[in-house]
Amino acid sequence: MTAAAEPQPLPRRSVSPLSRAWAFVRRHTLTFFGILALAYLMLPILVVIVFSFNDPAGRYNYTWEGFTTAHWTNPFGPPFLGDAVWTSIKVALLATLVSVILGTLIALALVRYHFRGRGATNLLIFVPLTAPEIVLGASLLALFLNLGTALGFATIVLAHIMFCISFVVVTVRARLVGFDRHVEEAAMDLGANEYVTFFRITLPLIAPGILAGALLAFSLSIDDFVITSFNSGTTETFPLYVWSQAQRGVPPEVNVIGTMIFGVAVVLMLANILFQYRRTPKGAA
Amino acid sequence: MSFLHRHRWLTPYLLLAPGLAFLFLFFVVPLYYLGFTSLQEGTVQVGYTFTWAWDNYSNAFSEYREQFFRSLEYAGITTIAALLISYPLTYWIAFRGGRWKNLLLLFIIAPFFVTYLIRTLAWQNILSDDGFVVNAFQFLGLVADDGRVLATSTAVIAGITYNFLPFMALPLYVSLEQIDKSMIEAAKDLYASSTKAFLRVTLPLSAPGVIAGTLLTFIPAAGDFINAELLGTPNQAMIGNVIQSKFLEITDYGQAAALSMILMAVILVLIVVYTRVLGTERMAG
Repeated sequence: MTAAAEPQPLPRRSVSPLSRAWAFVRRHTLTFFGILALAYLMLPILVVIVFSFNDPAGRYNYTWEGFTTAHWTNPFGPPFLGDAVWTSIKVALLATLVSVILGTLIALALVRYHFRGRGATNLLIFVPLTAPEIVLGASLLALFLNLGTALGFATIVLAHIMFCISFVVVTVRARLVGFDRHVEEAAMDLGANEYVTFFRITLPLIAPGILAGALLAFSLSIDDFVITSFNSGTTETFPLYVWSQAQRGVPPEVNVIGTMIFGVAVVLMLANILFQYRRTPKGAA
Repeated sequence: MSFLHRHRWLTPYLLLAPGLAFLFLFFVVPLYYLGFTSLQEGTVQVGYTFTWAWDNYSNAFSEYREQFFRSLEYAGITTIAALLISYPLTYWIAFRGGRWKNLLLLFIIAPFFVTYLIRTLAWQNILSDDGFVVNAFQFLGLVADDGRVLATSTAVIAGITYNFLPFMALPLYVSLEQIDKSMIEAAKDLYASSTKAFLRVTLPLSAPGVIAGTLLTFIPAAGDFINAELLGTPNQAMIGNVIQSKFLEITDYGQAAALSMILMAVILVLIVVYTRVLGTERMAG
């Protein structure tokens, strides 16, 4: 090694502030863009929350007129709003219950067993996930029209179960793949029969996956507008209520309920993240 | 139980049966009835009869060609916009997120926690004529002083992009997260520049995420009608708006069903092309 090969100190002093600023920009462009994109994602959510405290002059809740908590103290004030929310909750609970049971059974079969017809099963689960909602809604309406079924609460629930099943299968299956079957074999070796093994070992272990599937199904159901609008008849869910009010100006109470749903979902997700952090032992991936 | 012991091969089918039967009854059979309805003629007053009315298809396509191509155009622009926003964002989270990854990911799915219709109405608010976005655009000369953003195709495309961005971002994130960082270091050790390492290593390895994301964004975008309804005018009407109004307002069931079938066929071709590249097993999770 000769002296010439020694690293030369960079002539930092002579760099103009402009090119230093440019270097800074280059280094942090990605971070800057990332934060900007997150701000873009948050903007409408902020608007929803802020305008739940607005005191609109007319029926349109567009411009900021003044702060009030009136809508928060009586969120179900506008006629039909409370009924619509209650209908949505009932639909979502029923759809979640049934789709979680049916979907978990399918996920168990797909992960645990080798059987003929696997490809067809995957296809039947995959296609509803990718079909446009409007086609799902329209085809169910075509079925009910041709059979002369009266549209209402029952048809909404059937439709919601249908589009939730595939999502439940995908979610539960993802959690089942890493499942250690030796634990079950150990239980059987110790004299537990299949029922006891399932309810005491398998179910508790796959419960987080089932819970994740249930939360997803519930949130999909309570949010759905397109498919519901085709199969609702005169029954009104919360999204249908919002749609019917959209032309005449949506009351601020809708923002209150939107904010409440958002708040509950965020709390659940944060709890889930904290739970994962706590379960991961230090040093493990 | 002893019956099951003797016929173990039956177990997966028993697990699958209820869920798949449900999907068959409320997904496959309705599609059959959609096709059946698309070949019917009639009105609400005289009833509908099956007459092999193929002209439902030719009439529907010639009358609504414009809305059809507009849907594909908007969906295409939306998909590209969502990719351009999501890629740097998810890259930033996956490679620079560190221990905050899960929390940052929560920001990406947060829009899902606000009811679809409510977040679209929030965009109506943000883009409204006296809103700060329009004022800023007018100041920058992007919009004429008396110009507006709401009720233009820009507003509709912006709305769709926002609403389906998480569908693009999540699969992208998953594929970027899985990339072995040592591969990129190896490329750099072998004297690849950062740009070259990105183009030759990172980008090809994230291809599955790009493909899944574009598919999951394009399909719902092409069938959407909520954004065109709330953020646009009849001049921005998409095929979803036509299907929705023909089914639910005009009760022209034959043509409405024919339009749904055409939309479905176009999308099915896309799915087949994509699954050839990726395989259903990987796409379904």
